[in-house]
Amino acid sequence: MDLLEYQGKQLLARHGIPVPRGKVAATIDEAAAAANEIGYACAVKAQVQIGGRGKLGGIKIAGDEAQAREHAGAILGMDIRCLTVHEVWIEGASEIASEYYASIVFDRSAKAALVMLSTRGGMDIEQVAEETPEAIATLHVDPLLGFQPFHGRRLAYEAGVDADVVRGVGAFLAALYATFVEEEAMLVEVNPLVVTPERALVALDAKVTLDDNALYRHPENAELRDLSAEDPQERMAKERHLTYVKLDGDIGILGNGAGLVMSTLDVVAQHGGAPANFLDAGGGAKAEAITAAVEVILSNPKVTAVLFNIFGGITRCDEVARGLIEAFEQIRPDVPFVVRLDGTNGSLGRELLEAAKLPNVHGASTMDEAAALVVELAK
Amino acid sequence: MSVVVDRDTRLCVSGITGREGSFHALNNRRYGTNVVAGVTPGKGGQDVEGIPVFNTFREAVAESAANTAMIFVPPPFAADSILEATDAGIATIIAITEGIPAHDELRVYTELRRAGGARLIGPNCPGVLSPGKANVGIIPADFFREGNVGVVSRSGTLTYQVGNELAQRGLGNSSIVGIGGDPVPGSSFVDIIALFEADPETELIVMSGEIGGQGEEEAADYIAANVSKPVVAYIAGFTAPPGKTMGHAGAIVSGTHGTAAAKAAALEAHGVRVGRTPTEVADIVASMLG
Repeated sequence: MDLLEYQGKQLLARHGIPVPRGKVAATIDEAAAAANEIGYACAVKAQVQIGGRGKLGGIKIAGDEAQAREHAGAILGMDIRCLTVHEVWIEGASEIASEYYASIVFDRSAKAALVMLSTRGGMDIEQVAEETPEAIATLHVDPLLGFQPFHGRRLAYEAGVDADVVRGVGAFLAALYATFVEEEAMLVEVNPLVVTPERALVALDAKVTLDDNALYRHPENAELRDLSAEDPQERMAKERHLTYVKLDGDIGILGNGAGLVMSTLDVVAQHGGAPANFLDAGGGAKAEAITAAVEVILSNPKVTAVLFNIFGGITRCDEVARGLIEAFEQIRPDVPFVVRLDGTNGSLGRELLEAAKLPNVHGASTMDEAAALVVELAK
Repeated sequence: MSVVVDRDTRLCVSGITGREGSFHALNNRRYGTNVVAGVTPGKGGQDVEGIPVFNTFREAVAESAANTAMIFVPPPFAADSILEATDAGIATIIAITEGIPAHDELRVYTELRRAGGARLIGPNCPGVLSPGKANVGIIPADFFREGNVGVVSRSGTLTYQVGNELAQRGLGNSSIVGIGGDPVPGSSFVDIIALFEADPETELIVMSGEIGGQGEEEAADYIAANVSKPVVAYIAGFTAPPGKTMGHAGAIVSGTHGTAAAKAAALEAHGVRVGRTPTEVADIVASMLG
């Protein structure tokens, strides 16, 4: 789960990391009130989960209330790379002597947390990594040992931070590591990490990704999920405990098992089709789950044909067939379906479907054949 | 021969008194797997259709000489159960549980490697099947027959699909190993490919990968330097958009990292043939062994 900037900052602040004082606002009046309370100059920042919003007009500085209203009006409701801004974060403008970069990522290859520090903050760190990799100091932390004070010194000296903030940077990184571990994050990134003229360190931005599988241990973080910002189909699928990802195309896809569904999307694309979604009905899906899945798939108005690709392991093909028949009784879809049922109880499932004589439902015996047919029918 | 599980496997099932745990433990026993014990704290002294249940792994190992564990407990208890199994001296741990927090997996992985202890397969995997010998996990054994193709995969159903297509072409398997779809798998492609390379029964290795992580790229390098047997690969997720988790917690393209195209290119650069569909993989295997 990706957090918004202000949610990430509140998380960092709980672990003792200094962040600018700020308030969140969803309307122009709220923004003006927040700005008056915080004082001027202040920054009006779009809250969207996307990098580079500053360059796209999503961050503006207000010197008085009129400007705060003007900027909030311009930013609220604007689209930044297809995401609509619903909230702005108003915070006191910081004075900046230097801009550093600090992050911790869950490094899957090294099987350890990777801590990164650079004095080239404030810009695109991927560009720094590509052009001058030596400008980024890196260190893997043993998860059973944890972040040690010498790790902080080593990173600070290797990155070449100003001598008078070495100790502060070490403490900052230790707090960042504590946040990463205790909140069970996959990423915490502070860019820029600002050194003020008074030589204090402040996290001016925050990008935090939390581990979905660990949210049950952090109910206060789980509540941060912004359902209103989620795609309607994805929200509907989540309520029905289905794994669904919306895509751009027009062919609805249902399969069982993440790998098989990914493979199905690929095979459909190879036949010239464009999948509308990823939907994994899961292992051992019962008829009700299949009916719910059909509802979710068809709630996307772009869908012009649907492909069921089931290879039953724990999932029984007769259950899938029953779910599809039930879905037809409830929803009466007006788009063609291609159904490939194989594996556990495959012949029983195919017999059930045949006997039900569902309108515009076509059987296919292999994945390739099914993909070719659904692409043809979607046209 | 085969890898990970065979006729010498003595299985202890953690979570054996749960609905899923008992169902699959008995299913595995029906296949011929020697299921010698189960562990559920507080239910020691009971039995599940004749399989004795113990409170701790230590007791289970002492009483039943179990050498392999299958973990079927819910995510909040799974990391602890894996650590308990290795502490009790279990050599092979197969974790089926899906949804274990990533930081738990990281600590478990580090501890197991440090202790030089158990081999962990999974978590979030379908288990390991050595046809005709033993089945530990949830792989439907009916689709597979004995033979000499070793299969290692991050995905369950995709493995069944490939195994079934091989069987239709008259080919069987030495072992099928599901390494799971999580960000920190206990065993990597490299670990399992090394076992197949050393297994005299295995003549050809099929690896089935997907988007996310660097496991396939690492396997490509390893194969080039260390593997004499032919390897055929499949990669799922060419059409997956960046930043979206495709079902498996580990299946996510981050920025430009972990794409299917990069994985296929890395494998092909080292002479590994990559099938574009599961069917094509089976065709390639059949032509190479035919």
